[in-house]
Amino acid sequence: MQTRTFVRGVLSAAILSAGLAGFSTASAETVLKVIPHADLKNIDPIWTTAYITRNHGYMVYDTLFAMDEKLQPQPQMVDTWTVSDDKLTYTFTLRDGLKWHDGTPVTAEDCVASLNRWGKRDGMGQKLMGVVDRLEPVDDKTFTLVLKETYGLVLESIGKISSNVPFMMPKRLADTDPFEQVPETIGSGPYIFVKDEWVPGSKTVYLKNADYVPRDEPSSAAAGGKRVFVDKVEWLYLPDSQTAINALINGEVDYYETPPPDLVPMLKSSPGIVVEVLDPLGSQGMLRLNHLQPPFDKPEARQAVLYAMDQLTYMQAAVGNPDFYTTCYSLYACGSPLETDAGYEPFKQRNLEKARELVKQAGYEGHKVIIMQPTDIPITNAASLVTAQNLREIGFDAELQAMDWSTLTSRRAKKDPVDQGGWNVFHTWWIGGDIANPVSHIGLSGGGDNAWFGWPNDPKLEEMRDAFAREIDPEKQKALATEIQLRALQVVTHGNFGTWFNPVAYRDNVKGLIKSPVQFFWNVEKQ
Amino acid sequence: MFAYIIKRILATIPVMLVVALFVFLLLRLSPGDPAAVIAGDYASPDDIERIRTQLGLSDPIYIQFFRWCGQLLQGDLGISIFSNLPVSQLIAQRLEPTVALASVTLILTILIAVPLGTLAAWKANTWIDRSIMIFAVLGFSMPVFVFGYILIYGFSIQLGWLPVQGYTPLAEGVWPWLRNLILPSIALSAIYIALITRITRASVLEILDEDYIRTARAKGSTERKVLMVHALRNAAVPIVTVIGLGIALLIGGVVVTESVFNIPGVGRLVVDAILKRDYPIIQGLILAFSGVYILINLLIDLSYTLLDPRIRY
Repeated sequence: MQTRTFVRGVLSAAILSAGLAGFSTASAETVLKVIPHADLKNIDPIWTTAYITRNHGYMVYDTLFAMDEKLQPQPQMVDTWTVSDDKLTYTFTLRDGLKWHDGTPVTAEDCVASLNRWGKRDGMGQKLMGVVDRLEPVDDKTFTLVLKETYGLVLESIGKISSNVPFMMPKRLADTDPFEQVPETIGSGPYIFVKDEWVPGSKTVYLKNADYVPRDEPSSAAAGGKRVFVDKVEWLYLPDSQTAINALINGEVDYYETPPPDLVPMLKSSPGIVVEVLDPLGSQGMLRLNHLQPPFDKPEARQAVLYAMDQLTYMQAAVGNPDFYTTCYSLYACGSPLETDAGYEPFKQRNLEKARELVKQAGYEGHKVIIMQPTDIPITNAASLVTAQNLREIGFDAELQAMDWSTLTSRRAKKDPVDQGGWNVFHTWWIGGDIANPVSHIGLSGGGDNAWFGWPNDPKLEEMRDAFAREIDPEKQKALATEIQLRALQVVTHGNFGTWFNPVAYRDNVKGLIKSPVQFFWNVEKQ
Repeated sequence: MFAYIIKRILATIPVMLVVALFVFLLLRLSPGDPAAVIAGDYASPDDIERIRTQLGLSDPIYIQFFRWCGQLLQGDLGISIFSNLPVSQLIAQRLEPTVALASVTLILTILIAVPLGTLAAWKANTWIDRSIMIFAVLGFSMPVFVFGYILIYGFSIQLGWLPVQGYTPLAEGVWPWLRNLILPSIALSAIYIALITRITRASVLEILDEDYIRTARAKGSTERKVLMVHALRNAAVPIVTVIGLGIALLIGGVVVTESVFNIPGVGRLVVDAILKRDYPIIQGLILAFSGVYILINLLIDLSYTLLDPRIRY
């Protein structure tokens, strides 16, 4: 009898709990459940360049300017701005009604402090700050930026779309050492970060910022009105792609940012799921050579690698599905204003004979060529295999060394010879927004020891990049960008192994997703 | 007995010290640099060096080790390099799902494996025994993630009875909590059910050949009494040992299961930390796992005194 009573009690409790759970999910709150491309591990978008932290930044913070879908900077927090006739003084006035999430108003002083912090970490920011004479508030809503010399990328820099994005923070946070994380997340953006519900490795929660005043213009990439139609956005990190797809099919989540291309057919055949490419520029693969170590300390050896490359082979191996890749014979993002195939003609088709001849001319002495192969990143893992085959075909003794991405990121910083832990080749990629111009494209740097990993040393290339940055005439900028590409192909700063487009997948009741190189969650409705 | 417990607890101190030293050195000597991961693709070598200095990673290894030991003595596991949150808070956030998964799996395992193994021994060399052993071999052979996906496909995608992924805290209700744990527990328990079924069968089979079992039968005890009172209790010591070791194995098993079913437990926390080289989290978790392992072993040893009155400490 007692047992029966106990069982009845347990059953009643279970049914009651189930009922209550059902009741709570039936409330009117609209929650957009998103599987992001990575886990949000840190929350300061100036401290790190991680794309996931940049995306978090766009949820919480706002920017002075923002790129539209044509990659042109448009005012965002700024209401009006003027440029003096000598093009040296920029005056910015903030929009009315801008408020931090703690309720205090956004001031010009906050923006000056935020720009200063960003300018100490970001590559484009450092270049800009190098020509800034003064950056100072005029009143609560106005500040000026005075240049030492003309600079053609002022708005492009403070409106840059990808890491590090110059997000605005309250002065008390922006005064934090740029090499330390900010202790709080207080922005003025369309969503409020709920730190108490943040479980790194699992879940990030954002609430709609009811005080946010969007611009009147329609959304266009990062620019325009940021209208929020959901009450809450939850980022649920699901590291297993099969589980993520199952969750989407089962309706447990609404949006999956990076479904693997090989599983896309499964999603396409599932009712209620939309698969779409939202990033018009895609990502460009980069084969990076170490200019300090033989054999790629010789330009002929580097050019031989370009002659041996075939983008189609790379894309077939790395992406597979032809719906999601294309060949792109430009070092700038294809589809961006500076795209050009100047200088690429000889490399559009493989020319192994020419490549072998160049290897001979380089005086290759049979050194081992170490390719760092990140086995935990499918695309660059496959690209490493293709490169190894290419190099062997033209006579190099190529050796693949398998490692995880974390190991690669620390080893690529080593300038030592390969037998002392150095390297010759690795692969990575950039999103279109990162490589839209020769200044933001750090792979084009020829600054030797100060250049990006691989350390190409070509002072002329650096001079040309500086000239591009100083140029304020868009036509002349375009011509300079073309010359920079010609020079970069001659020096072989890197190889472009193709462009691919990561599709997103979402439930068909989700509407209003923005086409952009970065995923934004304003303008999105869940019907 | 009390003196024995104190002695065993004291003996854990040098063990934990060795574990701490080993984990610390292993991490520092393995390739990878959290500062490079944090700095990202755009960082210059100078930026990486500044981050490394800021995190204290540029100090000599012995200074880093003594700093960490000093923190441990104050009960502080350190701060995550990436999230800037205390490691103890991160572990606490993840403990409930893992403990829940491990507990439900263990209960399921014991409830199924012990009766099944006893039945196989009782009906040794019959079709019942062979059928049970076939299931045991299957349970051993099928990887957790394969079984997990099969369960998801059947019960979540096709039938829609249970969720694919996630975890609901117990505080939100028994049924919401349990429905997220049913599939992962079944997937994870398969291998343990197989293991414990086989051990139970072997132990009971051995006991059934003992003289006192023949005596019990001769004096007219029912088969049920012979099995449950005389055989199973005497066979319990090896079974409990394997169950105890199984708990330790579960810690490894939850890593895969938590990934397949997206359960935010400590297993996934440690994998994520290893991939990012978040040293304080890895160190803290491995130390915590070692502590749990030592504690379980102690509890198993103590349980012998309850199961076998001949054992005294």
